[in-house]
Amino acid sequence: MANDARTNVSKDLSQERQKRMIAEHFSKLARAPDEGRACAYTFVPGNLTELLNSFDVLPVLPEINALQSGMRGKSRDYIGLAEKLGHSEDVCTYVKCDLGMLKSGNIGPTGERLPDPNLLLLSYTGCFTFLKWFEILGQEYDCPVVMLHVPYQGDGKITNSMRKYVVDQLRNKVIPQLEEISGQPYDEDRLKEMLARSAQAEDDLVYVLESAKNKPSPIDAYFGGVYYIGPIFTAFRGTQDAVEYYRELRAEVEERVKLGKGPITPEGEMEEEKYRVVVEGPPNWTSFRQFWKMFSDEGAVVVASSYTKVGGVYDDGFRHDPSRPLESLADYCMGCYTNLNLPSRVDMLVRYVEDYQADGFLINSVKSCNSFSAGQLMILREVENRTGRPGGFVESDLVDPRYFSASNIKNRLESYFQMIDQKRERGRKSGQGD
Amino acid sequence: MEERMSTSASCLEGHAALVAEAEALWKDYSLTSVREWKKESGGIAIGYMPVYVPRELLWAQNALPVGILGGGDDLEIIRGDAYYQSYICHIPRSTIELGLNGSLDCLDGVLFPATCDVIRNLSGMWKMQFPDKLVRYLDVPQDFDPAMGGAFYRHELQEITESLPGIGGRSYDEDALRTAIQVYNESRQAVADLYDLRRREPWKIPTHELYVLLRAGMVLPPEEHTTMLRAYETAVSDDESRRPMDQARVLITGSFCEQPPLGLIKTLERAGCYIVDDDFVQVHRWIVGDIPVDGDPLGNLVTAYLENSIESPIRYIDDGVKGQGLVERVEHYGAEGVLFCAPSFCDPALLDQPMAVKAVEDAGIPWTAFKYSENSGQFQVIREQAGTFADSIKLWSGE
Repeated sequence: MANDARTNVSKDLSQERQKRMIAEHFSKLARAPDEGRACAYTFVPGNLTELLNSFDVLPVLPEINALQSGMRGKSRDYIGLAEKLGHSEDVCTYVKCDLGMLKSGNIGPTGERLPDPNLLLLSYTGCFTFLKWFEILGQEYDCPVVMLHVPYQGDGKITNSMRKYVVDQLRNKVIPQLEEISGQPYDEDRLKEMLARSAQAEDDLVYVLESAKNKPSPIDAYFGGVYYIGPIFTAFRGTQDAVEYYRELRAEVEERVKLGKGPITPEGEMEEEKYRVVVEGPPNWTSFRQFWKMFSDEGAVVVASSYTKVGGVYDDGFRHDPSRPLESLADYCMGCYTNLNLPSRVDMLVRYVEDYQADGFLINSVKSCNSFSAGQLMILREVENRTGRPGGFVESDLVDPRYFSASNIKNRLESYFQMIDQKRERGRKSGQGD
Repeated sequence: MEERMSTSASCLEGHAALVAEAEALWKDYSLTSVREWKKESGGIAIGYMPVYVPRELLWAQNALPVGILGGGDDLEIIRGDAYYQSYICHIPRSTIELGLNGSLDCLDGVLFPATCDVIRNLSGMWKMQFPDKLVRYLDVPQDFDPAMGGAFYRHELQEITESLPGIGGRSYDEDALRTAIQVYNESRQAVADLYDLRRREPWKIPTHELYVLLRAGMVLPPEEHTTMLRAYETAVSDDESRRPMDQARVLITGSFCEQPPLGLIKTLERAGCYIVDDDFVQVHRWIVGDIPVDGDPLGNLVTAYLENSIESPIRYIDDGVKGQGLVERVEHYGAEGVLFCAPSFCDPALLDQPMAVKAVEDAGIPWTAFKYSENSGQFQVIREQAGTFADSIKLWSGE
């Protein structure tokens, strides 16, 4: 999800590949209007990348543009501009950042102008704001909007009715619209080939994420994890590039496991893993490196995170399945993390704390995102109660730097790690007493 | 209802007695009337959050639909704030408070419609907090094709009908649903008639009275509520003492979920506004017109949702023009200006607002905007703002 924050560290092959893939993608986007190639704006959760690629339609992901703006220090001005235009200070800063960027020339992270969309593919998955976001963009662009309503897993399961609803919309609305903007007929065989490649990459991604069960963990599954999910959550799922990227990444991680190495951090390789934590919620992007360093300076490694499941949950066994292409896409959409109900989210987090032998559970609650944040205090209590591990809570925002208070967050984190120490000490003493 | 009125409002007469009775019903957060109804009828009670659920479906299975619209400005939040961060709206924290303090324990279940992410997530919290109750997230379709969104929605409704007998409701019966649809058609008509009378003669129906009457409909059986509304309509129509005043006609929008405190509505009226249309307690007006009683009643509920729902920030507009419905309402109700009146941190209302503002600006309609919380207690700033707005309309609307 991020491509330029890990500076001052030597880059692995996979990182170099990812950087190249992203640069090529934005270059294609910049050339798209001249080459007559269609592009569709769409969202990360419930993205239909294979389907778009099967029509040679290029995806543009406004959330990614917003977080890139946050990392590049541009979001403050973009948000300010949107608020001047009448958008409330109370609402999602991704939306305002994206709108501010659009009003400022729509210059993407590589410095090239992003093309106007030929289609706004409103995959309404796990986030109410998406609906409003594309209604707003719909007023800015002269292009069709196609709504894919993805039902929420209110009862913690996917029913046949829900699946049929999504498949019907794919077949009767989304695909005809893609045929129209691309001028190409739907090619299910091509889609199946892509889905097979998706599953290959997903296998390797799951290996990488689950490598954090090792001690020490060879990866940071939150701050490092956002790089690992980048290709598969965005424009590359189903491509050969993504297959190669995850194959390389897996090999690199396997090597780290073999050597007993800890994760790479902003300051280089972590020498000693002192704390293993599970994190819920998106990261802050405007002070991403500083935030990460607050963990790594303390020897804290995030061994599992919910944010790395926001564009797809694969460690529960789900894989894109070429034998049932549209049904599989539907199940993918409905299975994204924020489309799960709160009991399911709690179950997943409890499982992470236990399976990854975490010392505790931490929430970064972002002001912008009610989909994540509403209910997190209850999640905190539930996970604490069920695991017996201490929970921590910090607050920030996605891309609004006004809501990142470094000293407050650092104080809270330090107190939290002290709490883990005290709990360990108590455990050690009671163990001696036994 | 008549018996309750005769005792609790014995000192008042006519519309004042009805309003007092309605207010007593609304403000009884422990839901005494619902408990009594359950005891007398042997039925069950199902709560629902804003904005819309098809109440007909519940009523047909002897389940009293009970609207949960938060705790307003009366409820002291003791534990609810511990469930929510400061940047989340107020209604879920007061709702949790009501759940935790036992006020809602007479409810056999609660429906959480697809209004926003906060109410959606509250459904999961409710499941964890009250595991013995029926809790359902009602995913209303954002696709309005009968073969797709319609089929999905029908299945959602069928699942509700199937879940009720297990907690004491009657089995689904088509004729019972037809009867319930008719009952709610009459309810909708009674509400529509009051809104129409207020449109024609806003001095006859102060909104702070109408609002209270609508709130009573959150707990009363529908027939009783309709009787109350009709009695009020007759009483105010006959009241010659209510005379026109020199007020500006305004439309309020944005208050469809978390409700404004009554004091805010009174403040706007005292500031010189006749509220001639609003989106308060919107479940009463979500479906426009009657739902057919003949034929397939479940199908009729589905079709009504797909084709006859109002324009709302929580409903995707696929081929319409954003804000057009608002502009049409302004014209229909003869409003001279729009008050964008949304709860703080309300994503649907606040994300929608710039688009709606553009539509009213393009139509040359004056507007102003402010935010509230259901427990707001200070209205001086809003009073000045609304008063200035009303004055500007009165002074310069003809220019």
